[in-house]
Amino acid sequence: MTLTSQVLHLARRSVLRTLRQPANWITPLIFPLALMAVNSGGLDAATSLPGFPTDSFISFFLAFPFIQGALFATVNAGVDLARDIQTGFLNRLALTPMQSAALLVGHLGGVIAMGFLQALWYLTVGLAIGVRIEAGVLGAVVIFVLAVMIVLAFGSFGALAALRTGSTEAVHSLFPVFFVFLFISSMNLPRNLIETEWFQIAASLNPVSYLIEAIRSLVIEGWNGEALALGFGVCIGLTIVGLTLSSLSLRGRLART
Amino acid sequence: MALAVGWRMLHNNFTTPSLLIPGIAFPMFFFVAFAGGLSRVNDVPGFQFPVGYTAFQFVFVLLQSAAFAGVFTGFGIVRDFETGFARRLMVAAPDRRGILLGYAIGALGRWAVTALVLTAVAMLAGMEVGGNGVDIFALYTLAALVNVTGLLWSAGVAMRLRTLQAAPLMQLPVFLSLFFAPVFVPVELLASWLETIARLNPVTLMLEAGRSLIAGEPAHLVGAFGGVLALIALFSVWAVLGLRRAEAAGGG
Repeated sequence: MTLTSQVLHLARRSVLRTLRQPANWITPLIFPLALMAVNSGGLDAATSLPGFPTDSFISFFLAFPFIQGALFATVNAGVDLARDIQTGFLNRLALTPMQSAALLVGHLGGVIAMGFLQALWYLTVGLAIGVRIEAGVLGAVVIFVLAVMIVLAFGSFGALAALRTGSTEAVHSLFPVFFVFLFISSMNLPRNLIETEWFQIAASLNPVSYLIEAIRSLVIEGWNGEALALGFGVCIGLTIVGLTLSSLSLRGRLART
Repeated sequence: MALAVGWRMLHNNFTTPSLLIPGIAFPMFFFVAFAGGLSRVNDVPGFQFPVGYTAFQFVFVLLQSAAFAGVFTGFGIVRDFETGFARRLMVAAPDRRGILLGYAIGALGRWAVTALVLTAVAMLAGMEVGGNGVDIFALYTLAALVNVTGLLWSAGVAMRLRTLQAAPLMQLPVFLSLFFAPVFVPVELLASWLETIARLNPVTLMLEAGRSLIAGEPAHLVGAFGGVLALIALFSVWAVLGLRRAEAAGGG
């Protein structure tokens, strides 16, 4: 069996497994949008703050579901990988001629497929409720590409957690950690409007702020080279770090004696 | 019986880091994220809260932590059913409503520690308090009643379904009622669709009453306390009927 064929088999398994657990795909599709509705309704008045970059809070907040959806997909997929370790599936795979790269790529393939569907859903809902993408159709395509790349970046860390710990519980416990990164960011207000100094510093150090701001810039500003460069740069950097560490962990996990 | 069950819940909570830490850390995190990250909302035209945005958010997080301490105790009830401990409890209890009361004591004790830590953090963060001792006592009493409400709701679900798969059912309605309320700004400043929902949501009155108490300008107290007591009455019936269902199922 070629590497490609191994990857496709494992990716297919990963996708089917997600589809067979409705909670794993319904939650990422519904929950981020519900939170977007609540926050947009609750913080709509913030658009009247001097210097707020748009008069539509829902447009400002549309980046949020992409990031939160990526977190859900990552944790769910990480939990599935950890379950493979706990149930011995990975050990049985290690007895086959499967190449270790196929496991990681196949697993992440499933995460990406989920990210693809999510991004399509969020974008469709956003457009349906009247959000206008200032960067136009090409901007929507770039949002889509970046959203899928973010899922890959986060997914590599979910895989890392699963491979390092081999415990579904440990991967589940990552969710609050990811959540902290999401909330201590420029999610609710632009960084220049965050009044509390330590929060502004934390949000500036937080890579998630740049991912949000890249998507947001395409929605409310149009083409902002700096925001996009930072967003894509952070995303690529996270992916490289996540994949490298995951590969090293996988090597240890699949050590054949 | 009630004291023994309450003591056991508290012992489990305070000796198991995976139960203790999230219960304290999550409210703290929400407080930091909302009060720290959104303090500029204080400058939104029409936003007038005399003791500042930190106190405004503190009341929300206090009530939220109370509700969720109740809900998370429901997870403990489910665990007792899943492990078969509840069956043994039921055999041993002369009046099984004592078990329910014990869980309520556990939930209240659990929240009391969270409230203490949250209050200490808020004071260290420089939160202003306009209310006097009586106002603040009323605020914490309101939160304690919200805690009991959360516990009775989740106990009713836990005793009917007796599986951890019911966790979303315990959490989601509480989460939605808390967030479809004026969380970030007063109700008049919400988007019109959310304002309509918020005005029908009993949590809105509780939040407004709590905020008025911390500001030292009590308002909506009859509505808030009346509402929460009505919910307690309703969910007491819900929880006791759940207990009867669990008994009928043999406690397992």
